[in-house]
Amino acid sequence: MTRRTTVAASFVVIIVCVIGTAVSAPNFNQAKVEQFQRLPQIVESPSNPMSPARVALGKALFFDPRLSGSQSMSCASCHNPSLGWSDGLPTAIGQGMSKLRRATPTIVNSAYGSVFMWDGRKHSLEDQALGPIQAKDEMNMDMTILLERLSTIKGYREMFDHAYPGEGITPDAIAKAIASFERTVVSTNTPFDRWRRGEQRAVSDAAKRGFELFLGKADCVACHQGFNFTDEGFHNIGVKTVDGMKDDDGRYEQLKLRGMKGAFKTPTLREVALTAPYMHNGIYTTLEEVVDHYDRGGDVKDNLDISMRPLKLSTQEKIDLVEFMKTLTSERLEFAVPRLPQ
Amino acid sequence: MKIKYCLGVALIACAFDASAAEYEIAQRNKAFAPVYLKIKVGDVVNFVNDDPFAHNVYSLSETKSFDVGSYPKGQGKQITFDKPGQVFVECAIHPFMKMKIEVTQ
Repeated sequence: MTRRTTVAASFVVIIVCVIGTAVSAPNFNQAKVEQFQRLPQIVESPSNPMSPARVALGKALFFDPRLSGSQSMSCASCHNPSLGWSDGLPTAIGQGMSKLRRATPTIVNSAYGSVFMWDGRKHSLEDQALGPIQAKDEMNMDMTILLERLSTIKGYREMFDHAYPGEGITPDAIAKAIASFERTVVSTNTPFDRWRRGEQRAVSDAAKRGFELFLGKADCVACHQGFNFTDEGFHNIGVKTVDGMKDDDGRYEQLKLRGMKGAFKTPTLREVALTAPYMHNGIYTTLEEVVDHYDRGGDVKDNLDISMRPLKLSTQEKIDLVEFMKTLTSERLEFAVPRLPQ
Repeated sequence: MKIKYCLGVALIACAFDASAAEYEIAQRNKAFAPVYLKIKVGDVVNFVNDDPFAHNVYSLSETKSFDVGSYPKGQGKQITFDKPGQVFVECAIHPFMKMKIEVTQ
């Protein structure tokens, strides 16, 4: 090869490299992205070790409408496996078709949570499980009546005996069983996970660029951190109140600190493409609208989290971010609903 | 462990009180470091955010109640502890971040 052709070849290589940098996958600092690797196994509670019997009991209770005052609603009425374990509604529908003020959070990966509900008022899955069942505007179930009702069902007597021998049918056993089942509802093998394990074609170049934006210019990682893409924290991201709804103080209802006014728990982004509408009040119906919200730096500026600022994203960058979020969807989420005890 | 984060190591004498000391607590990897500190009345604790995202520090303890708001990476907030007793300190943004300061006479 002559010197001239060598120079020409080098020039071509440089051009390819430059174009490649501009339109294809970025290279990532491995240390920076390690936090997003999947956890190896389901987390258990030391005070409520999991067993097949406990999970089976919890699964039956979760899908059983007899756990509601009207005997028409179950936990699964709002946490529907066909709708990303949420309900597809802007805000939940409760007792007597009443419209509640907040969106139904997915229970996917709740096993990894340390604080629960949009305002963080529950501190374990066991603690959380009985809340909606007994809430007047949700399942409206009187616990005394529930215990009596379950005690008359032979199948449940056997399942409780098997799952929690000697404990009987108690509120504590109900909560522990439901929590045990919920810990099994985890996101599985997503394209993002396969990509991070080295399968380069598992996600598109747009998604790879979206992940780079997620870590950098868009700074989504300020709150959506770690394997479960949440910091388990509380932030006011400047979401408008929906017309006709009252202002919602969020975390401030539990913790009277100014910074918590209008702050809500950071939700997981796992399965996010399946869990529309978005935000605590379901104000956005698409991920594109969510990205636009962050690009504006939020709408309500009072008490805004210091991480919020206008992002100045291009149209392509917004598309890339959405493409990235779609890679957090499990490939298959087939699920068999239980036959309820009689 | 860096000297500046060692428990009980006074860093700077307070300009207004020769007996007061200044301590530093790091907020790193969404945890306080250290999670327990024993100090004397009048001592100052500087809470420094070593994470690449915002933190808060507050306490609703009777001994010392305060809320410094949120602040970004690299910034710190100083609190003077002027009464003896126990102070439970948390981050409002990340409620699992907790530590205890014991203030003695």
